[in-house]
Amino acid sequence: MRIYATFVYLFLYIPIGVIALFSFTAGRHASQLQGFSTQWYGTALSNPFVMDALQTSLIVAAASASCATVFGTMAAVALQGMKGPLRVTFDMLIYVAVMIPGIVIGIATLIGLVTIFDQINPLIALLLPQGTPPLLQMGYFSLIAAHTMFLMALVIIIVRARLAGMDRALIEASSDLYATPFGTFRQVTLPQIFPAILAGFLLSFTFSFDDFIVAFFVAGSETTLPIYVFSSIRRGVTPEINAIGTMVLAISLLFLIAAQVLLRRGRKAT
Amino acid sequence: MTRRTRNWLLLAPAGLWFLTMLVVPLTVVLIFSFGERGPAGGYAPAFTFEQYANLPARWTAFRNTLTMAPIGTIAALLIAYPLAYFLAVRVKPKWKTILLVLVIVPFWTSILIRSYAWIFILGGRGIPALLAWVGMEDVRLINTPFSVLLGIVYGYLPLMVFPIYVSLDRLDKRLLEASSDLGARPWRTFRQITLPLSIPGIATGCLLVFILLMGEFLIPALLGGGKVFFVGNALVDLFLQSRNWAYGSAVAVTLVVIMLISVTIYMRFIHRLGATREDVSIM
Repeated sequence: MRIYATFVYLFLYIPIGVIALFSFTAGRHASQLQGFSTQWYGTALSNPFVMDALQTSLIVAAASASCATVFGTMAAVALQGMKGPLRVTFDMLIYVAVMIPGIVIGIATLIGLVTIFDQINPLIALLLPQGTPPLLQMGYFSLIAAHTMFLMALVIIIVRARLAGMDRALIEASSDLYATPFGTFRQVTLPQIFPAILAGFLLSFTFSFDDFIVAFFVAGSETTLPIYVFSSIRRGVTPEINAIGTMVLAISLLFLIAAQVLLRRGRKAT
Repeated sequence: MTRRTRNWLLLAPAGLWFLTMLVVPLTVVLIFSFGERGPAGGYAPAFTFEQYANLPARWTAFRNTLTMAPIGTIAALLIAYPLAYFLAVRVKPKWKTILLVLVIVPFWTSILIRSYAWIFILGGRGIPALLAWVGMEDVRLINTPFSVLLGIVYGYLPLMVFPIYVSLDRLDKRLLEASSDLGARPWRTFRQITLPLSIPGIATGCLLVFILLMGEFLIPALLGGGKVFFVGNALVDLFLQSRNWAYGSAVAVTLVVIMLISVTIYMRFIHRLGATREDVSIM
């Protein structure tokens, strides 16, 4: 039993380890392990395409995680204890957002937005005839909008789980002591659900940062880091991709550990 | 401000977002699936079932998805179950959390990078080179159904282990002791107590993995090398290369419908096994 478990752990971690190991090679080929150097990290970090893609990914992840956290938390708070058709509608929307494969979300966003833009762009051109009018197109906007949509569902699920586990007596006590509803929210509810909100943000950030399939459809002329990595893999395996991969894994890992610690602390607090 | 208006205001941004980025786009896909291909690609309005009639042209993609998704799910289950059992029943409490986290962490990191790792390992200069060195020439591992299956199991193993672990962890360990005190052999205890009580976990794990596999693109794209391709690969081809939006939409709608049908049948089946429905979250 223990031997079996060891094998499974090896199976899970050897590939990651191999990538990390070979990213420190001093050789010129991906499969050579010669000496130790960090030169490929230098190469990756001074490659303007990589840096551009990294910047796009970070901006998109920060923006969509922020939007998703704010709107998702608002929705979760409102949905708490709510019944009726509105509640049912939202439950269904969240279910659909989670169930539909990412690839279908990507396709739907692509053709949905392009169709809408094709309707609006002639209107903009009509209203602003001089020069080149600012036409709507796929890019940062569509990336952030699409990511926010599915991350919002994630945040609602996480925050709602925390709200459900909260002690209702505290809220009643607070209102018995003449706190306004907003006062109760700020001083009682918010401190209790804050770890879940922050964990939701961190998970959303990681998800957006790692997302390939939705971004592949809606990125337009922008390139995110996963899209860059995917197209470089098609051209061949290099130590540079190993270095980028190791960095991406390290960033996700950092955020994940933070989210885990927060969720755990939140659970212990009550 | 009444409670009602407050709730409406709080829900408005999320609701509008879901409407414009989920409901409207999915409706557009449904409408487009009854349309025609535009002269320069894209979409031309029409009402025809031509796209659906044309589905058999992509039969291979559907066949591959519908065979590889269940096979991958079962393979992941067979590998995950003993590990989940080990973690839930055999491991000392103080090691449990850390060992469990170690299983889950890979799932939350980039599947792209993790699949790439296998290209590296299975590719010409990886394991085949090692095998050639011990005398086994010309072993081909990458771009085969095997490599895709390996990638699937590797990618989705954590998602399978977690729900099974949760249901086994909840199991009252005294039942196992009682069973062996009453003279049951380990295998019988497993078959009559452990396995039936862990069915909710198995059901959740299989469902999650199966749903994700139905829409898979990256693993077959990277490890199947165009030889083993799923519906997801057909969709990328139809939307980003040949720009046939109407036909692509019909393929996407069909994929979702097949998914919904198989999930419904599956739920019925699980229900009959006597499992209670329960939601298991991943964190």
